[in-house]
Amino acid sequence: MKPSRFKYVKPASLDEAFGLLEQYGDGACVLAGGQSLLAGLGMRLATPEVLVDINGIEGLAGISLQGGEVVIGALTRHVDVLSSRAICRYLPLVAEAITHVGHTAVRNRGTFGGSLAYADPAAELPACAVAYGATIVIGGGSGRRSVSANDFFLGIMETALQPGELILEIRFPMQRDTQRHVFAELSRRHGDFALVGLAGLVSLDDNRRLADARLVYFGCVSHPRLASATSASLIGRPIPLEDLDEIKRCMLQDLDPGDSPGMRSETKLALAAVVTRRQLNALRETCA
Amino acid sequence: MRMSSREPEFEVAVSMVVNGEPVSCRVSARQHLADFLREELSLTGTHLGCEHGVCGACAVRVDGQVVRGCLMLAAQVHGCQVETIEGLSDAGVLADLQEEFLRRNAAQCGFCTAGMLLTSHELIEQGRCVSRSDIREVLSGNLCRCTGYQAIVDAVEAAMTKKVGS
Repeated sequence: MKPSRFKYVKPASLDEAFGLLEQYGDGACVLAGGQSLLAGLGMRLATPEVLVDINGIEGLAGISLQGGEVVIGALTRHVDVLSSRAICRYLPLVAEAITHVGHTAVRNRGTFGGSLAYADPAAELPACAVAYGATIVIGGGSGRRSVSANDFFLGIMETALQPGELILEIRFPMQRDTQRHVFAELSRRHGDFALVGLAGLVSLDDNRRLADARLVYFGCVSHPRLASATSASLIGRPIPLEDLDEIKRCMLQDLDPGDSPGMRSETKLALAAVVTRRQLNALRETCA
Repeated sequence: MRMSSREPEFEVAVSMVVNGEPVSCRVSARQHLADFLREELSLTGTHLGCEHGVCGACAVRVDGQVVRGCLMLAAQVHGCQVETIEGLSDAGVLADLQEEFLRRNAAQCGFCTAGMLLTSHELIEQGRCVSRSDIREVLSGNLCRCTGYQAIVDAVEAAMTKKVGS
């Protein structure tokens, strides 16, 4: 569990960081919280020439309200998201999901932007970003650009980030009063990686029928994206859900779980249907 | 100070305060904090179990926060205050917890104990009494293969009640 040899540099500004990333190209790895990266380097999953530690750059951490958006700086630690009143009030799905991210010591170091950039298929925060329709603001040597979360995640640990680019901040639209969040995670042990997870936002009409749904699965997909077929199939259905067969058929269009040791893809699909039914039906108890 | 092979290009100069003592030296960029404390400073109370962030035995405090010593590089603590089980124990801040651990045999082989003490101390320092299930939740990132956790939760609960509840 010792990483291979690398150099370590700690730029003090974004311009300096972009210069270093350009200089080293593919040989550079960005070090943010390091809670996944350093474990991965120890296992020699990557052997970078240089680690660019961005923790010395001012202005990349913090949570603020700007217009109708909650803006989370890329270097914001999970522990600060966990204790934020703004997150609790305006992004309750994130507030619930963050309690499932790592353990306390890991949350003291791990960062929001790092979790998104790492794009682990079992990670909670990327799924939340897609569910809210958040915007990822990316910086690079040639300027800033914005990518919607649904277009940011491309595959297993693969994102729209180009070499030399960094996530600067994540802009979330505040959850609307009519929206309710659903979150569930099934894992073999408490705190372990998700086998099947669900992060979603839904709205109910006056007759307790689903008027809108944005469901995102994690753990059982290569990368988080809006489960559009499943979400569309829910519209107009009353809570509690009665017939799940059509919803399960739609799930086949949205989910692509492969077989993994000890668990077949069919099992993951069945579990995804279970958490979907369980979480949506639980809305009944909390209906106003 | 021991450094197996000198490769200046892959080293970083660091200055930090460890358990109240200033330390300045060059470290290998790839050396993680737990290895640095154990091998360069002979502070072997910080243990290494899994070395990839799962077991919690390598817990140390950096600028007052408990972190995984295996998931931080020594190079990253430049300018930081680092506290290990040795320093915190000598300073007496863990005395109540240690007493409760001893009383209940919550340390058997002792491998996880430093991590358990630091993690539970951070919880107690928050200054509120929490439920046993909350204690378990906080300690869920620290693995113990001997005790079955019951005695550890008992000890943390007792120390917490003594500090906060009375």
